[in-house]
Amino acid sequence: MVATTQAVATVDLLRWMPLIPLLASLINMFFGARLGRKTAGGLACVAVLASFAIALYIFWLLPATGMFRDTVYTWIESGSFQVKLSFQVDALTAVMLLVVTGIGFLIHIYSLGYMDHDEGIVRFFVYLNLFIFFMLLLVMGDNLLVLFIGWEGVGLCSYLLIGFWYHDHANTIAGNKAFIVNRIGDFGFVLGLLLLVTELGRQGIWTLDFMELQQHVNLLSPERITLITLLLFVGAAGKSAQIPLFVWLPDAMAGPTPVSALIHAATMVTAGAYMTARLHFLFVLAPETLSLIATIGAATAFFAATVALTQTDIKRVLAYSTVSQLGYMFVAIGIGAFSAAIFHLFTHAFFKACLFLGSGSVIHALDGEQDMRKMGGLKAYLPTTYWTYVIATLAIAGAPFTAGFFSKDFILWQAYSSPRGSTELWFVGWLTAGLTAFYMFRQLFLVFHGECRADEHVKAHIHESPVVMTVPLVVLAAGSIFAGWLGAPEYLWGSLWDHWLQPIFGGAHEAAHGSPTDEINLTLLTLAIGGLGFLLAYFVYGRASKLPDRLASLAGGGPYRLLLHKYYIDEIYDVLIVRPFTYCSRWLAQVFDPGVIDGLVNAVARGARGFSLIWREVQTGNVQHYLAGFLAATLALLAYFLKQQ
Amino acid sequence: MAAFALGNLSLLLAIPVIGAMLLVLIPRQKSKAHFTCALLFTSLAFLWSLTILNQFDGAKGEMQLVERVPWMRFYGIEYLVGIDGISLFLVLLTTFLMPIAILASWSVKDKSKEYLFFMLILETGMLGAFVALDLFLFYVFWEVMLIPMYFLIGVWGGPRRIYAAVKFVLYTMAGSLLMLVAIIYLATRHAQLTQVLTFDLLQLYDLHLPFHEQAWLFLAFALSFAIKVPVFPFHTWLPDAHVEAPTAGSVILAAILLKLGTYGFVRFAIPLFPAAALAAAPVMIALAVVGIIYGALVAMMQADIKKLVAYSSVSHLGLVMLGLFVFNLQGVQGGIYQMLNHGLSTGALFLLVGMIYDRRHTRMIEDFGGLWKQLPVFSAVLLLVTFSSIGLPGLNGFVGEFLILLGAFAVTPGWTAAAATGMILSAIYMLWMFRRVIFGPLTNPENQKLKDLDRREILILAPVVALIIFMGVYPQPFLSRVKPSVDLTLKRVFAIQGMPTAVNNTAGGEAKNDGR
Repeated sequence: MVATTQAVATVDLLRWMPLIPLLASLINMFFGARLGRKTAGGLACVAVLASFAIALYIFWLLPATGMFRDTVYTWIESGSFQVKLSFQVDALTAVMLLVVTGIGFLIHIYSLGYMDHDEGIVRFFVYLNLFIFFMLLLVMGDNLLVLFIGWEGVGLCSYLLIGFWYHDHANTIAGNKAFIVNRIGDFGFVLGLLLLVTELGRQGIWTLDFMELQQHVNLLSPERITLITLLLFVGAAGKSAQIPLFVWLPDAMAGPTPVSALIHAATMVTAGAYMTARLHFLFVLAPETLSLIATIGAATAFFAATVALTQTDIKRVLAYSTVSQLGYMFVAIGIGAFSAAIFHLFTHAFFKACLFLGSGSVIHALDGEQDMRKMGGLKAYLPTTYWTYVIATLAIAGAPFTAGFFSKDFILWQAYSSPRGSTELWFVGWLTAGLTAFYMFRQLFLVFHGECRADEHVKAHIHESPVVMTVPLVVLAAGSIFAGWLGAPEYLWGSLWDHWLQPIFGGAHEAAHGSPTDEINLTLLTLAIGGLGFLLAYFVYGRASKLPDRLASLAGGGPYRLLLHKYYIDEIYDVLIVRPFTYCSRWLAQVFDPGVIDGLVNAVARGARGFSLIWREVQTGNVQHYLAGFLAATLALLAYFLKQQ
Repeated sequence: MAAFALGNLSLLLAIPVIGAMLLVLIPRQKSKAHFTCALLFTSLAFLWSLTILNQFDGAKGEMQLVERVPWMRFYGIEYLVGIDGISLFLVLLTTFLMPIAILASWSVKDKSKEYLFFMLILETGMLGAFVALDLFLFYVFWEVMLIPMYFLIGVWGGPRRIYAAVKFVLYTMAGSLLMLVAIIYLATRHAQLTQVLTFDLLQLYDLHLPFHEQAWLFLAFALSFAIKVPVFPFHTWLPDAHVEAPTAGSVILAAILLKLGTYGFVRFAIPLFPAAALAAAPVMIALAVVGIIYGALVAMMQADIKKLVAYSSVSHLGLVMLGLFVFNLQGVQGGIYQMLNHGLSTGALFLLVGMIYDRRHTRMIEDFGGLWKQLPVFSAVLLLVTFSSIGLPGLNGFVGEFLILLGAFAVTPGWTAAAATGMILSAIYMLWMFRRVIFGPLTNPENQKLKDLDRREILILAPVVALIIFMGVYPQPFLSRVKPSVDLTLKRVFAIQGMPTAVNNTAGGEAKNDGR
């Protein structure tokens, strides 16, 4: 489409972005033990920094309407069907590149400190670099199949990193769960992909290339597009932890905390949102799918936020919060506001990474403790962690002029005003904003304020994290404020963001109704409920009080238990799906296969044996018997022929 | 027969036999020399097969390097061999895996001379079956393979080896006898119609028999091949054979012998009897898909790793069968690619299971756990092979799987969707096994003193691992050489049907049979 001279100039550079982390990963895989922990970790960080530098350079060169491409070679060719290993960078990919390599780099640096005492640090960096490689394939692939390599590859890394501390069964079970639930999503994704290819193929267009797909999308019938997008969304729901496939993400917190920050908050889990945005030209043609996505997004956002209210594990609160925030992104997608979705993805990457790394700093200081009931009062011990945590909390709660304020309000405004939006969608989003403020400040108060409830021997060792860990925190905290300023509403200084993504999503979201006054009023409403959430959290958790216990025992404690046990979704899945499935499998393996299938085979064999055993009796070896038989047969034959005549 | 010059393929067939003859001459005590000899000749065969690859013209779909020598003139039986894109890589897979199988047999101490003798004869048998173009010759090689395998399982196998060996031979024989009858019938019909008695496959391809005759003949061939593949429900010999066979036996059985079943379909049963094959496609597709799901479900609950891998083969080969019976380029090409992938991945799995068995003398999943700590290299390789088997993009398995699904989806979306559940199921059973064997605490004291892979074992695995990655990253050198022959085969199928052949260039185009 756009073949400017710049595009030619940077062609070969694109491939180096994924390649450098891959090389670093391979070097550490084979020689990491010999290089030593420090060198291996340094190499991993430098590799991501190099990718980040290239990404910045590309971003600098990229004109807003342009696109860079780099075709490496033909990967699979079968008749008219051809897939190239080929990369592209346009405005959307550029944003993702900066998030993946930029925040990825910060988290690599942080990991130097966080994983310092771990004997598996080299292995950790091998996985982490490999993850960056696959994530870059995912966002840079110029066709669905290269995207899918990245898609599955990040799943592999996620699996490996969740189960990183493999000696503990719980961790590896969580890893398996993550991969398998994602595979269920991928099943839908692959079918959607196949349907898309074969439908277009029927009309002579064999392609998975995004640009060509966009050109030929009009060849598809609306019903087909609806089915294709529904199937693809199943994949997105798996990767981005939406109802009903969100169950893996909270368990994924078993991995080391930097992993939770990088993979399970900032980058991989947003891949589903990225994929739908990448294929926005398909999704906008499927209104039924979009409204389903919006509904699921809103339901997920609200549902996960309610669970987050009661969790006691510091990381689980953040995990459900991530699920909830991803729900916001899908609300935006569902109303066709792709730019808003990607904007929230962008700001969320900063403040959620900051929160996770902050929680990591806390866990690090408390010698692995994750239970918030054993924390408290850490403000005095961990000042840097505390202040960055405050900023990120304000951002996610949507305090004025923080990143979350801009991106969340953008989504809520779109939900209210866009033709695909509705008051109901807005209302759920609005309510969730209040819940978000409540559970985040609850966490802040429980962890950092009040009395320190840690054991004495833990308490004696509480220390602020080293500089390699606090610097990334500070940078991310800064991002948690300023990243949002790119997308200010029109009544302030206007959105650079929309301008940047305009060429990609162009006509994707239609003109909104409603005036700037409405927008300001809605913002004030959101601020009000956010403030209410904060105040509630303050009165309940900010001061020593019996309120939490009283709240918990409300209505006989039923609602509290329901939330604490996450609506018993895991248990319900277990009874409805897992158990019947294993029962069926066991019956086939232990009863049907040996008994019926093999039983038949052996029965045939026994039959043949039995048959020959009977006839063996005839072979007596006695000549008189044979002669008698011979005579009898001759007479019988004679009689037969005589009768014939 | 005067000027009998040994052609390229004949030399390839001869190398293992020569090795076997030399082996006989080496005194019994010198077991080192036996291994060296077997390794030398299998490696020689591999090198020679590389020169064949070099001579092979990848742009042509026809048979190449054809050698034709009259054998039993009176019956029209010839020694006729040749190679095309379909058999080329199966031959290479065989020669590639044989030295590895020999190296993996280092722990065989008992009667190693005979063991290696049978291995070498087996190699010639398998290679012969892949290159034979005379039906009678094919049948001879097909049966020749059975005998060494029978002994390999029956003599060097596990505790229930006799049962497994007899079951393996009888089951296979039962199928192949019908095939022999069909072969003879086919040749005589050809003689009746054209006055030429021949077993030449290429001439028999052009014989257009009426449908009812094709149907019976197809059934006879298909039964024989279906048992070999094995297609559900003819699979129960496989787990028994695998469990009892020695490591190298399992590797060869899974990686190569099973491929003769699928190869048989694409080389013989389908192009010889296209009308019948097309008519049978809905049934074959259904059996294939049932096999994919059934094999996976049964694999999940196995306590013995070897049995798990055996049932996973039933599942994977179901996918290959699906590809072959959708009769379009993507399906068949993907099917052939998947045969190679399965050979490598499952071969590697059996090698790994063998290595751990050599150390612990058990293959029960519950006896392991936490091996990563003690055996990091072993675990890393197993991880890679596991994901190859699951079909992770970037590794070999995905390319074949995707092409098959693509080809099949154009023809029969419903069955393809059912087949695609295999990608969920395989993740479930493989990762569950992996977790229980490799992850967790290292509690069993027996496992705490295990040693990681030694140099020989790394040497065995390294080439397989390299190919698993290479074939996932860069499949074109393989796919492009397979394509012309697949095109030709499909043209044969549809030419007889009077169907347009241009459709072969697309993934199905209009559906020729929708599998229902």
